[in-house]
Amino acid sequence: MSEPDTETEARRIATEARDRARFEEEALALADQVYRVARRLVGSREEAEDLVQETYARAFRSWRSFTPGTNLRAWLLRILTNLNVDRGRKLQRTPQTQPLEETDYYLANKVASAAGEEALEADEVVERLSQDSIVKALADIPPQYRDAVVLVDIGDFTYADAAQILDVPIGTVMSRLHRGRRALKQHLAEEALG
Amino acid sequence: MSHEPCGRCEELLQDYLDRTLTDVEWREAESHLADCDYCARRYKFEESLRRYVRTTALERMPPGLMAKLSELRGLDATS
Repeated sequence: MSEPDTETEARRIATEARDRARFEEEALALADQVYRVARRLVGSREEAEDLVQETYARAFRSWRSFTPGTNLRAWLLRILTNLNVDRGRKLQRTPQTQPLEETDYYLANKVASAAGEEALEADEVVERLSQDSIVKALADIPPQYRDAVVLVDIGDFTYADAAQILDVPIGTVMSRLHRGRRALKQHLAEEALG
Repeated sequence: MSHEPCGRCEELLQDYLDRTLTDVEWREAESHLADCDYCARRYKFEESLRRYVRTTALERMPPGLMAKLSELRGLDATS
C-alpha cells in the first residue's frame, strides 16, 4: 500500500470513530425515553432494565445500519419491540381475551351509571386509579394491542412511526390502538369501580 | 340542543383526541360538543384518562442503568 492510501485509510478510521461516538451519545441521550416504553411493555423493572440493555447492545453493534438524519428514537424502539417479541413474549402469561365493549364511551358510561350522572367528574374517577392500576391493566391486554397503546399514548409516536416500528401497516396500528384503548379502559373501569 | 346523533360524536372521539380529524369532521365535532353536555363530559373524561396513562408512565431510569449502557459503547459487530 502506498503512503497516500495509508493516510486516506487513517482519515477514514478517524471519521468513522467520530461518527460512531456521535451516534452513541445521541442514542444514550434517549435512554430515559426508551426505558419508559420498556417499562410499560414488560412486567417488572428488572425485565425493563434487561430489555433496555439488550437494546443498546444491539444498537451499538449495528450502528452502521442507522441512517443519520432519520428518527433515532423510532429506530431504537424498533429494536426493542423486536427483542421483546423474540424473548419474553412466549414466556409471558397469555392474557385472557374478554369480549370487548365496542364503545368508546364505555368507561365514562359505566362510571356515570355507577355514581349517578351528576357525580360524574372525570378527575375524581381518575384519582381512584393508582400508579399500579395502569401497570396491571397494561399487563392484562393482548401484547399486540399493548405495543400500539404504549408507543402512541406513552411513547408519543405518530401512527406512521408506530407502524414503522412494529412493521405493520398504519391501518393495523390504528385498529390495534383503538382496541387496545378499549381493553385498557375496561380493565381500568374494573379497577376504579371495584 | 344536540343536532347530531351522539353515536357520530363517539365515532369521532379517538381521532378528535389524536388530532387526526379532517377540518370538516373537526368542525362537526366541535359544534356538537358545544351543544351536547353528554358528549362534552365524555370527551373530558377520555382526555383526563389519557393524561393519566401518560403521566403515570413518567418514570426515570433506575440509577445505575445509564452507567451500564455507557459501558456498552464500542461494542463490536462481531462480539
